[in-house]
Amino acid sequence: MQVRVHVSLKPGVLDPQGRAVLHALEGLGFDGVQDVRVGRVIDLEVADGTSADTIDAMCRQLLANLVIENYSFTVTEPA
Amino acid sequence: MTAAVITFPGSNCDRDMAVALEQVTGRSPVRLWHRDTQVPRHVDMIAVPGGFSYGDYLRSGALAARSPIMRAVAEAAARGVPVLGVCNGFQILCEAGLLPGALLRNAGQTFICRTAELEVASTASVFTADLEVGETLRIPVAHHDGNFFAAEEVLDRLEQSGRVVLRYVDNLNGSRRAIAGVANEAGNVVGMMPHPERAVDAAHGGTDGLKLLRHCAALALG
Repeated sequence: MQVRVHVSLKPGVLDPQGRAVLHALEGLGFDGVQDVRVGRVIDLEVADGTSADTIDAMCRQLLANLVIENYSFTVTEPA
Repeated sequence: MTAAVITFPGSNCDRDMAVALEQVTGRSPVRLWHRDTQVPRHVDMIAVPGGFSYGDYLRSGALAARSPIMRAVAEAAARGVPVLGVCNGFQILCEAGLLPGALLRNAGQTFICRTAELEVASTASVFTADLEVGETLRIPVAHHDGNFFAAEEVLDRLEQSGRVVLRYVDNLNGSRRAIAGVANEAGNVVGMMPHPERAVDAAHGGTDGLKLLRHCAALALG
């Protein structure tokens, strides 16, 4: 089955990359963009029946750094 | 005293660190590879060097922190063996949970490569024990992800317990409270973004790096 993990910087953690993208959007003439945060998407192909707890453990132990990042995941293609 | 230097795929300051440690200890350090599972018992100090371990994939230091040798480093650190992480080594120690916090992209987005002025903020670590609080050191930095971050309450706790060991005089990368180096609770594990191994010879433009390495070496020799 396929799992999509979404990792994003916690609110309050400075995202200089997001800020640079925001300025570039403004430079292209897109007005009214108030904030940009750049995150990361990780697609996993895992064994059918892999439990949510196991995926959660993968996120906590490696895929996200809980000091600075939040994560969420969804099963994109169930078994 | 015998020091050990770890090499990960993508480390690039391991040799410089070995040269610097040989200078202060008088002995060629043990070289350990990321797949090694043990730190030899006679090792008195471990250096986790700078570079771009595993290509900085996922997050700087994230994959190296989960490599077999780092489990052995954590065990040695728990026994009280001094561990110094420099630059990518600092990132690895944070990712491994041996030090608090994380290193974010520099606030100005650019890679910064220059000599930085540092202020000794605490002597409560084995690497800063023989320095004076307020003393300044000139040591080069070379990093893209050196912006130290931790939650406010964690920063308060670190400061109150003397675990912030080095600060930038000029906060060049946006680090919270200008933190350049921190220690663990026991004071035997220190991580710092600046490179002491790049300031150990007059030809480097200064030898202040030796001041951070010598105390640990002297302890083990004494």
